[in-house]
Order: sequence, then structure tokens, then C-alpha cells
Amino acid sequence: MTVSPDLIRPAPEGSASDLPPAEEALVHTPGPLPGASRPKSLVRVAVPPVVLGAALLGFWYVISYVILEPSRRFLLQPPHKVVEVGFLEWDNYSRILKALWNSTQVALIGLGIAITIGFFLATMMSQAKMIERAVFPFAVTLQAIPILAIVPMIGFWFGYGTTARVIVCIIISLFPIIMNTLFGLQSAERGMHDLFTLHQANRLTRLRKLMFPAALPAVFAGLRISAGLAVIGAIVGDFFFGQGEAGIGQLLRRYASQLDGEELLTSVIMSSALGVVTFWTFGWIQKLVIGKWHETEVLG
Amino acid sequence: MKGETDLVTTVTTTGALSFDGIGMTFPDGTEALRNITFSIDKGEFITVVGPSGCGKSTLLRIASGLLDPTAGSVEVDRERLGYVFQDATLLPWRTVRQNIELLAELHGFDSAERTRLSTAAIELVGLTGFENHYPKSLSGGMKMRTSLARTLTLKPPVFLFDEPFGAVDEMTREHLNEETQRLFQSEGFAGLFITHSISEAVFMSTKVYVMSARPGRIIAGFDVPFSYPRQPELRFNPDFAQLSGEVSLALRGS
Ligand SMILES: Nc1ncnc2c1ncn2[C@@H]1O[C@H](COP(=O)(O)OP(=O)(O)OP(=O)(O)O)[C@@H](O)[C@H]1O
Ligand SMILES: [Mg+2]
Repeated sequence: MTVSPDLIRPAPEGSASDLPPAEEALVHTPGPLPGASRPKSLVRVAVPPVVLGAALLGFWYVISYVILEPSRRFLLQPPHKVVEVGFLEWDNYSRILKALWNSTQVALIGLGIAITIGFFLATMMSQAKMIERAVFPFAVTLQAIPILAIVPMIGFWFGYGTTARVIVCIIISLFPIIMNTLFGLQSAERGMHDLFTLHQANRLTRLRKLMFPAALPAVFAGLRISAGLAVIGAIVGDFFFGQGEAGIGQLLRRYASQLDGEELLTSVIMSSALGVVTFWTFGWIQKLVIGKWHETEVLG
Repeated sequence: MKGETDLVTTVTTTGALSFDGIGMTFPDGTEALRNITFSIDKGEFITVVGPSGCGKSTLLRIASGLLDPTAGSVEVDRERLGYVFQDATLLPWRTVRQNIELLAELHGFDSAERTRLSTAAIELVGLTGFENHYPKSLSGGMKMRTSLARTLTLKPPVFLFDEPFGAVDEMTREHLNEETQRLFQSEGFAGLFITHSISEAVFMSTKVYVMSARPGRIIAGFDVPFSYPRQPELRFNPDFAQLSGEVSLALRGS
């Protein structure tokens, strides 16, 4: 170590000692960070997906009219027929919307229960290594269960109605919630924990003021995955369980067996739309809750 | 006036913070500290310089009670101990003001009192106007100021600093040194400061201790005779250079 190079620097002006932070602020203006919300021109955002969408539609027409002979055209009806029959015939469209709404409710109830169980388990796991060690293998097993393999059993045990559908949603969406929440709860840095230890914070205070807020970004990452899975769970469950209010799974099944291609495609499109809307909704909530302090990358 | 002090080897247990024969051997066998004995009185600002990995942070962790020494004892009132870490350790979901109020919150002050304390601390470190900013939009120096202000709200009689300005640029570091030295004067705490920078050590302290490589021991001590408040120009004073040189030599010898 040497006596430090500052000894040979020219003497600063007298005011140098008193520079307020404003001087730093000049260099470091708080505001939009690079990459956080760069203003993009609408054209650059909108054109690529529109072009790709048009190409896909074209491809669809090619299949319907060129590849499929008229006798087999029912396998893939052209887009305008799907719109005509599926979306514009109110009888058909309203039936699809009704079923979609039923499935949405199932997904939301399942997700709500999964969130409750997942938060509780993850919080417990974060509080005692022993609980973490006990629960972990089962959580992983839950994740590894091929859902189709146990769907029949769920029906067998819980009947073929709403309860069974909700349980499928819970099973399929629970794991990401547990894991992401636990990861989030454990993400607070050691230095922050030291700070809380130093000032004699009790367990509850540490949870409330440090671990829960620190967990939020990971929790939201988990929620977005789980929300999508819950929608899938609701559809899969509904596909197999016929009792109670029919959801979109039942419709898909019926349209497929009746060879109603237009309605089938409309149902598929609407189910996908539900998945996308769910994903966006949670992204939007995330931005609302933690966007101010967390540099969140929200896709879409 | 300046030169090696004899305090290095004297056992004193009367200060605001005293180490008495501190030794630390980690469970894996690493001996980090050996027989550290010195004390810091009110009105003293002691800086410890030492090679990387010699146990400086360990010493502060022991002082704060985050770590128990394997030998010796520490005497300090931990009720309102100030401890500034190397990282600012700000909670990213809290604004500057909310971060600064955290410790007062943990110590159960009511909201009016917290506001009063944080407002005063914000003014002390010159963060006025930035109260509602989140850490992600602060520069390194401003984060460190926030961290300092957070600790200042407790009006700690003993203040530990673990290389708090190690990560900021030279210019900002010098400003922060000047501010810290002013705070030391106005707040009257007993300070224990860790650093790698000799000029930082000499500029702020009443006394500089040099630690040896691991296991860390105090191998030299220097009284710093310059009066407070210290002006930035002090850094170009020949006596300052002379003393810095002596500390540097002792450090090389470690
Ligand atoms: N928990 C631990 N277990 C084992 N060894 C440790 C532990 N903590 C620190 N050490 C070792 O003790 C020694 C002193 O560590 P310490 O962090 O106190 O050094 P330091 O002087 O602060 O270093 P630096 O200047 O790089 O910050 C190092 O060799 C480190 O590897
Ligand atoms: Mg260190």
C-alpha cells in the first residue's frame, strides 16, 4: 500500500468539501433506467406481430383450400368460417363464453386455494429448516405427478363435479407458488438480516418488514406461472368431469366428437385468450404492486 | 504529538467500547483474530487499517454482538449501537425516508418521532429533496448517505463503520470523509472505522491502528494530531503526508 495518489492531485477549490448531493444528482438523475421503459415507436412494436399473424392466416387458408380437399375441409375450416360460425352466431358464441366463464371461476377458486396453501407452506418452510426438509420432497413429487394419471382418481374420490375440477387446479398450480415464495422469502441478503438482528427484531417483524417484501418479485413470478397452470387445470379437469356446470373442456370434447370444426376452433382460441389475459392480468398487478421499486421485466 | 502510542498494549476497560484479549478462531480452524486489546472513548475516532482478510470485519461483528469471540470479551452498550456496513443494505421497497426510519421503527418510536428523527438525519447527510426516491434511482454515494442517516437516527453513542465508502469513487469518498468527520464532531459519538485507505484513515481519525495479516493483531498505533474540523486541504499538508507515509510503512511491515 502506498500513501495514495491523491497527494499529487491539484488542490480542489474551497467549495469542494461542501458539495451537496445535488452535484451527484446531475450525474445520476433518477428517472427511467436504461431498458426499463424505453419509448418505442408504435410501428416498430406493432408491425412484426401483425406481419407474422397475416402470414399464419395465409398459411391457414392454404391448408384449408389447397391442401385439404373439399370433402376433408371440415378438419380445418378457413378463418372466415370460424369467425362466422363460432364468433358471429350468438348462440354458439354465448355458449362458449358461458363455459369459459365457468372454467375461469374454477381456475380462480383453485388458484386462490393454491395461493393460500402455498404461502402458508412456504412461510413455514422459511421459518424452520426442519419443516423445509420435511415438505420439500413432497412438493417436488407433487410437481412430478403427471396430472392426467391422477385425474381419474380425483374423479373417483371427489365425484365428477366442481370440487374435483378445483382440486385438479390446486394440484397443478401449487408447486410453483411454494417454490417461488420460498425462494423469495430466502432471498433477503445476509446484510439485511444482520441489520434486523442487530436491532433485536423478532421473528414476526423480520417476516413482515424484511422477508415478505423481499419475496414479492419471486412470488409474482410464481403467480404468473401458476395462474396459467390453473387455467390449464380447469380445462383438463372439465374435460374429464362431466357433472355440474359444464366448462370449456366439456365443450371442446363435444365439438370434437360432433366434428364441429368452427366451434372447436373458436373454443380453442378463446381458451388461449383466457390464458393470455390471465398472464397479463398478473403482470399488471405485479407492476402495480412492486413496479415502483423493482426493476421488473414484464413481457407483453 | 504524533507517533506510536503506548495504548496498543495497555489494557483499558473504561471506554465506550473496549476489546479485551479478543481472539477468534472459526469452526473450520481459521484463526482470524488474536489478542486484540484496545478501547475507544467518547470523543475518539479510531480507524483500523489492515491487509485484506486480516479480520477487520470479524472484529466489528464481534463488537456488535453478531458474532461471539472464542477468546476475550467486549464491553459496549449494545442498546443503541450504530453499525454501518460495507454495503448500504437499503431495503429496495422503501423510499429513502422509509429506509432511514427503519431502525427507529424497529426500536418502537412512534410515527411523529420517526418523522422528526428522519428529517433531521436527512438534513445532516444532505439528502433533502430525495426523501421519496427509491434506492434503485440513487447513486452509490447517495445510498451510503442514506445508510449513514439511517444509523444517525438512533443517535448512537458508539458508531461502527465497516469500509462504508469502499465501493464509491474517490471524489465521493472524499466528500463523505469530510461529512463523516463533521458528523463525528457534531454528534460526539465514539467511532470505530475500518478501511483500506490510509488517507481516509488519517483524514478522519483521532487515532489509527494497523493490523497484521491473519491472524489479525494490532501491530502499530498512531495518534493523529490535526484539530477538527478538518478541511479538505489538510490532505496536502506535509505533516499529513508524513503521517500517512508512516502508517503505510507499518502496514507494509505487516
Ligand atoms: N464464518 C467464517 N468461517 C470461517 N472463516 C471465516 C468466516 N468469516 C470470516 N472468515 C475468515 O476470517 C478471515 C477474516 O475475515 P474478515 O472478513 O474479518 O476479513 P477483513 O479484514 O474484513 O477482510 P476485507 O478487508 O477483505 O474485508 C478471512 O480469512 C475469512 O476468510
Ligand atoms: Mg471486511
